[in-house]
Amino acid sequence: MLSRTADNLFWIARYMERAETAARLLEVGSRIALLPSAAGYRNEWDSLLQASGNADAFAAKYGDPVQRNIESFLFFDRDNPSSVASCITTARENGRIVRTALTTQVWDALNTAFQELRQLERTPRSELELSRLTEWTMRHAAMVRGAIEATLLRNDGWDFLNIGYSLERGDNTARLMDVKYYVLLPRVDFVGSGLDNYQWSTLLRAMSAHRAFHWAYGGEVTAAKIAHFLILNPQCPRSLITCVEGLSAHLDRLAHLYGTTTDAQAQARSMLVALRETREDDIFDEGLHDFLSRFIREMAGLGSLIHETYLSGDMR
Amino acid sequence: MVAAGGVTVTQYFNEMYQNGKVRAPYAQLEDWMNAMPAQLRTLKQAEAEDLFRRIGITFAVYGEGGDPDRLIPFDMFPRVFTGAEWGRLEKGIKQRARALNAFLVDVYGRGEIVRAGRIPARLVYQNEAYEKAVAGIKPPKGVYSHIVGIDIVRTGPDEFFVLEDNCRTPSGVSYMLENREIMMRMFPDLFRGNRIEPVDRYPDLLRRTLASVAPPKCSKDPTIVLLTPGPFNSAYYEHSFLADLMGIELVEGQDLFVEGEFVWMRTTEGPKRVDVIYRRIDDAYIDPLCFRPDSTLGVPGVMDVYRSGGVSLCSAPGAGVADDKAVYTFVPEMVRFYLGEEPILKNVPTWQCGRQDDLGYVLDNLADLVVKEVHGSGGYGMLVGPKATKEQVETFRAKITADPGNYIAQPTLALSTTPTFVAEGVAPRHVDLRPYCLVGERIELVPGALTRVALTEGSLVVNSSQGGGVKDTWVLAE
Amino acid sequence: MLLSVDHVTRYRYDQPVRAVMQSHRLTPSVFAGQKTRNWTVTVTDGIPGGTFRDGAGDVVQSWTVKGPVTEIEVRVTGTVETFDLAGLLRGHRELLPPEVYLVDTPPTRADAALTALAHAARNPEGALSTAHGLAAAVADAIAYRPGATHAHTTAAEALALGEGVCQDHAHALIACARAIGLPARYVSGYLFATADGSAHEAAHAWAEIHVAGLGWVGFDPANRCCPDARYIRLGSGLNAQDAAPIRGIARGLGQESLDVTVAVQDLQQ
Repeated sequence: MLSRTADNLFWIARYMERAETAARLLEVGSRIALLPSAAGYRNEWDSLLQASGNADAFAAKYGDPVQRNIESFLFFDRDNPSSVASCITTARENGRIVRTALTTQVWDALNTAFQELRQLERTPRSELELSRLTEWTMRHAAMVRGAIEATLLRNDGWDFLNIGYSLERGDNTARLMDVKYYVLLPRVDFVGSGLDNYQWSTLLRAMSAHRAFHWAYGGEVTAAKIAHFLILNPQCPRSLITCVEGLSAHLDRLAHLYGTTTDAQAQARSMLVALRETREDDIFDEGLHDFLSRFIREMAGLGSLIHETYLSGDMR
Repeated sequence: MVAAGGVTVTQYFNEMYQNGKVRAPYAQLEDWMNAMPAQLRTLKQAEAEDLFRRIGITFAVYGEGGDPDRLIPFDMFPRVFTGAEWGRLEKGIKQRARALNAFLVDVYGRGEIVRAGRIPARLVYQNEAYEKAVAGIKPPKGVYSHIVGIDIVRTGPDEFFVLEDNCRTPSGVSYMLENREIMMRMFPDLFRGNRIEPVDRYPDLLRRTLASVAPPKCSKDPTIVLLTPGPFNSAYYEHSFLADLMGIELVEGQDLFVEGEFVWMRTTEGPKRVDVIYRRIDDAYIDPLCFRPDSTLGVPGVMDVYRSGGVSLCSAPGAGVADDKAVYTFVPEMVRFYLGEEPILKNVPTWQCGRQDDLGYVLDNLADLVVKEVHGSGGYGMLVGPKATKEQVETFRAKITADPGNYIAQPTLALSTTPTFVAEGVAPRHVDLRPYCLVGERIELVPGALTRVALTEGSLVVNSSQGGGVKDTWVLAE
Repeated sequence: MLLSVDHVTRYRYDQPVRAVMQSHRLTPSVFAGQKTRNWTVTVTDGIPGGTFRDGAGDVVQSWTVKGPVTEIEVRVTGTVETFDLAGLLRGHRELLPPEVYLVDTPPTRADAALTALAHAARNPEGALSTAHGLAAAVADAIAYRPGATHAHTTAAEALALGEGVCQDHAHALIACARAIGLPARYVSGYLFATADGSAHEAAHAWAEIHVAGLGWVGFDPANRCCPDARYIRLGSGLNAQDAAPIRGIARGLGQESLDVTVAVQDLQQ
């Protein structure tokens, strides 16, 4: 497969996943904003922007983080490369470039999302509820993902799509958790309070994992359970270990298909082994923030290896 | 609404109605047309558009901005040829494609036609499109132009004229294929009732044509790629569509590189050798080492590989010298010179403004003539005298006087009309025809073509960049 | 004469570059005026590409260097036996007709001054006399002075300046010849510089003008003569860029700097 095609497929997946993350951030924000807070509303929206990695760009363009501006920024703003609109447009453009590597169903799903997005952009904002925007995004993200799983040939292209999804999703889960732990709750006395629990469960809701969590663990929501669920539980579709399992499996498939072992494959495997041997206590001993930062760094390193090996076309 | 589909007597040849009677090839279409109430037609038109948009066929117009996903208007009323009419056209088209390639072999070789005084040396050797870098290089099977698009207009039952030749990389063939696909999906009954020759072999024939011109250094099954300037090109959809139907990679310049004697493509499994490049980028951009040094679309060094027999380029650089509007005048002469035959398809009489006598005539009769730039394309830089305002004519007069060699003029042709769906119902609109002739080891032509239609009443400009649309084109089985 | 050539071009890049691609026209022309005894071109870490003879009769050879590299050396060494044909390019096999060399290019475009110079040199005795007259006129109008012009100076600019190097002389002569309908082209090669200092620039360039009945004839306005046994001809083109002995391109941000040394010696002395 052409390296550029693999690269485009990889980025289709990443952008669709990123669009979904932007929508999830909005959802988390709007729920948290319903809470009274000692620090006021401003702080909570601010922390969301930091999770999206775009706080500076937002401040420069909009100034105060009020809800309407954040909605504009995270959903509609084409100047923000991680907004839902930017991600869906870029994913669809990538899809158009590799149209022939996709099935009609996958293209249809991407293109429909894009065409509907253009209608949304023409709709007066007063008619658009935030929940409608977030649900709309998740529905289309699911339709693209579903079309890929249901119709695409399971060849190397499918592997590159899945590698993109796993890499982006793992990174996003880590960032969302990091915001919760590090930004939202800088004051230690809040940890373990009722507010904390409410915010933790909001985070679960935003990951569409609220009910799943209760089925899996039951009882009271604790930081340790959530950390286990979102980091170490291979049943959770967005947990870090699930994402690394996905990466490792698809990199193994590629190595098998091409008949060559690669550094990327080895790196994914060693990350997986390490996660399997990790317990909640290890994480809290290291410090959740430090643990997550290290994970984000390792994922970025793996991303570079994948790029060098398969996507740049410079491999000999 | 024009009664009975436009029996109004005009000076134009109406391909469906003659003297109030329906011509044979259109017999079944009259019932079809009459059985379609306006409502159904609107519905069908919307369905067609939806299909086009879903499949992804759009047409971006250079430099116009606006909606990059604009659809080229599709008219559902097919254009029909009898098998006999097509048979004659086919002979003429193939004859012309052979002569054009013979000309290219000759002018990049010994130039016998120039030595014989049948065409002025200046017109060939000082032509912008003449590429001295390929002189002396014999391309595989002696083919320079592998896809020859010939624009043809009809003025009477047996009157066909060639308007221009396209020897570089003619576009539009995807519309020929898609128009048919959409018609078959929407009106299957029509295809049961008429015996219509299929066109869907085209991608396979194109692939075989390209494979047949693999370079001398290729000893195995050749790897073929389609080289596109990228997704911002107006024909990108077509590039991707054709690559897909042929089962070959769609590559950009950055996906290819030269190393040693060959061209390679960057794949996830490492470099893979490429043998045949069907390139849809212009000569000037193909190799920054040989042509425009600022080009980022091409492949550095590809010309040296081509010239040393390591890769085939389709069409060959320099093929454009055969489709130049000034060289056009001499194509009938090429047919006689190289093939020893009389041309089957006629040329439109053409005045070269660069010639003193012709210039005088052209300037005296500007209001009746069509004037074109020698190197122009796409209907730009063109004056249609009878349709132009006084100011436009005068502006053009100034342009021609300033640089006569850059212009040619032709009489305004009475382009035939075919029934076309318009807001008021069905009305005659002017059409032209672009068949795509494939030249490799063999010369092939599928029984079909792209029909372009000028959707504006009375307009003679069919270019999609100027408000033209497209139609499905039928050839009836004998 | 028996001339030996040692021509070294060293490319240096301030940052590593990859995929260096070069197209060489570094092989002596085959014609009655020269006979190649031996000839070698080497490129550091270079992979030789295909080779062919183009329509102008020049042998072209391409090279690739994978990289990343910061320095590449192209070395040309060899021995050529040369004969004085008074500028005639006799026995040279080429396919392109002379009409091709009437095409205008930006560096050889004739402005009013060049056109006037050309018309003044017209000689009723015929094309050959006119060509000699043109060469003399250009030599008179443009004094040899290195550093006065640069690689992209046009013929018109050089004439206005009244100074230049062999490239400018050749461009000006080509412009004048084409202005009066004589096909003309740029030739690159080597020149043996004699001890008395009458010739300069061992890596040299001159022009050829096509004279009906005689064929291509070389003129070197910089040295006020026609090429003789001191000259080695490599290749030709519409202008300096088109006739360049080495054309190259590389991938990367590295800025290129160039260092050229040429030594031409007479082995019979």
